[in-house]
Amino acid sequence: MANLEVELVARDRTVWSGDATQVSAPAAEGEVGILVGHQPLLAVLKPGTVRIFGLDRSVLEAKVDAGFISVDDDQVTVVVDSAEVLGGSRR
Amino acid sequence: MAGQQRVYRQRIRSTQSLKKIFRAMELIAASRIGKARERVSAAGPYARAITRAVSAVATHSGVDHALTTERPDAKRAAVLVLGADRGMAGAYTASVLREAERLTERLAEEGREAVLYVVGRRAVSYFTFRGRELAGSWTGESDAPSADLAADVSQNLLDAFLRPEDEGGVGELHIVYTQFVNMVTQTPQVLRMLPLEVVEGEVADTHEALPLYEYEPSPDQVLDALLPRYVQSRILSCLLQAAASELAARQRAMHTATDNAEDLIRSYTRLANQARQAEITQEISEIVSGADALAAS
Repeated sequence: MANLEVELVARDRTVWSGDATQVSAPAAEGEVGILVGHQPLLAVLKPGTVRIFGLDRSVLEAKVDAGFISVDDDQVTVVVDSAEVLGGSRR
Repeated sequence: MAGQQRVYRQRIRSTQSLKKIFRAMELIAASRIGKARERVSAAGPYARAITRAVSAVATHSGVDHALTTERPDAKRAAVLVLGADRGMAGAYTASVLREAERLTERLAEEGREAVLYVVGRRAVSYFTFRGRELAGSWTGESDAPSADLAADVSQNLLDAFLRPEDEGGVGELHIVYTQFVNMVTQTPQVLRMLPLEVVEGEVADTHEALPLYEYEPSPDQVLDALLPRYVQSRILSCLLQAAASELAARQRAMHTATDNAEDLIRSYTRLANQARQAEITQEISEIVSGADALAAS
């Protein structure tokens, strides 16, 4: 199965990048979850938590400020003003 | 005669201590420039992502936003000047300021008044010494600008741009900064930032069509969120380039200064040796002539 290529970028650096199975982000009108094959999306984010579900069943949580997310051909780019990784956990 | 020798020795000593300072400055600049260049490239992904998203929105829904609207009747234009906090960087700040003055003149010819926003202590003092009014100034981190500084600067400028004309709003924003070409070449540049011209060229070279995005909540609101960030990321990239240029200019200036100090020390040593030799010769001839006088009597 194809994976999502995820990039989490803050203003001054790339916070995280790699492959994942699922991404969830706090869009302006409610949480969005993105799986492989999602249609192209450009959404505004409000402050909240971005979760990136890795291939090895790990979950990376990052607290983010406002920003936006773009999904295009299984490439997910989360662009935020600032991000703070809260650490990974297992699911 | 001994006095002259002492003067030379003194000059050699002071030049030597200056040389040490120059050398230290050079090494500091050299060690920081690597970090500054890293930061330029670290900010790249963010800038690319934003540029791509802005172009995507622009191609699909057409950009019609306050930040992209031309205001040809505006009587004021903001000029953001990025200078250095400290000197010892050769002509770095001077050439930025020259470029800024040229721009100010050009704006004046077009009937527009330049409203100055200045970063860097040297540039600030240049304008305040001449009694020019500054609409905003930031000092203290010209050689390592943070994202927060960029946020603050762009917030101020966007506020000024979006304010109505009669409340002191500006119709344009120009940035005067130094582009970092490579370690040897840094060129002062004038960039018209606002009103924005969304160029798709930056993305077009990837040769892929931009997808039809679904926008959430709506294209306009996405644009509202994107454009200020776009401006901010451009300003940050200018700040970072200016910082890298400043350090490169400083390194080169200090390298030249060290070389010059070495030259000076060499020529002073030669003069001091000459003076010492002259003194010895004179002493010998005095002794010889004294002995001759004694022998003759």
